Amino acid sequence: MIHCYRFDDLNIVLDTYSGSIHMVDPVAFDIIQMYEDTPRDEIVTRIMAKFGDQPDVTPEDVNKCIDDVEALKASGKLWAPDKYENVALNFNKRRVQIKALCLHVAHTCNLNCSYCFASQGKYHGKRGLMSLEVGRQAIDFLIANSGYHRNLDIDFFGGEPLMNWDVVKALVAYGREQEKIHNKNIRFTLTTNGVLLDDEVTEFCNREMHNVVLSLDGRKEVHDRFRVDVKGNGSYDRIVPNFKSFVAKRGDKSYYMRGTYTHYNTDFLNDILHMADMGFTELSMEPVVTDPAEPSALTSDDLPVLFEQYEELAREMIRRHKEGRGFTFYHYMLDLTCGPCIYKRVAGCGSGTEYLAVTPWGDLYPCHQFVGDEKYKMGDIWTGVTNTAMREKFASCSAYSRPECKDCWAKLYCSGGCAANSYHATGDINGVYEYGCELFRKRIECAIAVKLKTMENQ
Amino acid sequence: DRIVTVETRDLEKSLAEGGCGECQTSCEKTEE
Repeated sequence: MIHCYRFDDLNIVLDTYSGSIHMVDPVAFDIIQMYEDTPRDEIVTRIMAKFGDQPDVTPEDVNKCIDDVEALKASGKLWAPDKYENVALNFNKRRVQIKALCLHVAHTCNLNCSYCFASQGKYHGKRGLMSLEVGRQAIDFLIANSGYHRNLDIDFFGGEPLMNWDVVKALVAYGREQEKIHNKNIRFTLTTNGVLLDDEVTEFCNREMHNVVLSLDGRKEVHDRFRVDVKGNGSYDRIVPNFKSFVAKRGDKSYYMRGTYTHYNTDFLNDILHMADMGFTELSMEPVVTDPAEPSALTSDDLPVLFEQYEELAREMIRRHKEGRGFTFYHYMLDLTCGPCIYKRVAGCGSGTEYLAVTPWGDLYPCHQFVGDEKYKMGDIWTGVTNTAMREKFASCSAYSRPECKDCWAKLYCSGGCAANSYHATGDINGVYEYGCELFRKRIECAIAVKLKTMENQ
Repeated sequence: DRIVTVETRDLEKSLAEGGCGECQTSCEKTEE
């Protein structure tokens, strides 16, 4: 399977199953699209009719280009066969060892964001903070069930994790102690709304946190529409100075500004550039996923606008990169030569198998987005995963588990997508959230274009 | 040359190598 598309002056051909990427000229672009179902003579005739007025386009030259396409097919770089369908099943069966936990250290929040999927941090339940005892047991559970994995991930999440800061610090210390004993390497990460982000938190995070996510939606009026405190006051003016101070001291360690865009700011590029112009260089902006009846929900009429925004973002990133003031965008980060292996491309995030969420009371869920939905409870950190049928169900999720994905060129980039998004959109973790697919495909097209253009610049 | 093939990771080769599973939840092997 191949996918051909244009981005400004680039003609790009992607080969799904080999992962190959080809930059081609307009003649080759047309030849490749005709190659599989058009006789050679007919291809030459059509190309000459369209491009024959160009001095470098001759029948001999067109035939040579067809030979090149043939050679690429023979070498498995165009129309490569699919050899990976069985990989998904076999690989996911192996994934009973756990390598990542999302620790919900606080089911409470000091903001009251109306679009919050976690219902203002409570996850449709009661407020609560994780105790040190539960947190330590969670780390013990992770290490005991991690098997051959050496690299383990622990994410402090909420609610607002800084509302349980002393426990976070104590758990990092405990993790550091345990990783030495068990020859593991724990990467701690944290997400915060920034309200409690002070110098002490900054210093600790810069020492211990592999990555820190800072929630900011962009322009003040956009951010303050949803991200308000319990009195309804916007939080922008309180948190932006904290974020600037944090990032100034972060050095070369990872962080992300993470925003959410909604129907109210489909011009989200302005929010990304607002953050970039404030000096933040690691940026992420995600579409809201909410009940379609909500006024903030994205609509089908928004799609063309969003596509245009993603394309403009790509152009702006290329332009700024050339000027030496580039920034990164989470979805446009691709490592072409050292990127993920086929196993990861097929199997996805590992939710419900090797990645689990832990509530403040020690209950286990497939991921943070299922917390609070009792039918998805998988067990607890003392007895382990007892709902093995649920684990099997999540193990079946892959790039190959949905018939609708069969002919999608992007499936080895999205790995079958997000089980939670599928569930919330269709009621089934193996359903297809088509709106998300549309956005994903556009982002991958733009990401590859940015990569190719910045490679050209270098 | 009307076609320029960009260098990308060989997915079939990665199939033979097996998945090491050490990547961060969302590779380690290629970074080593």
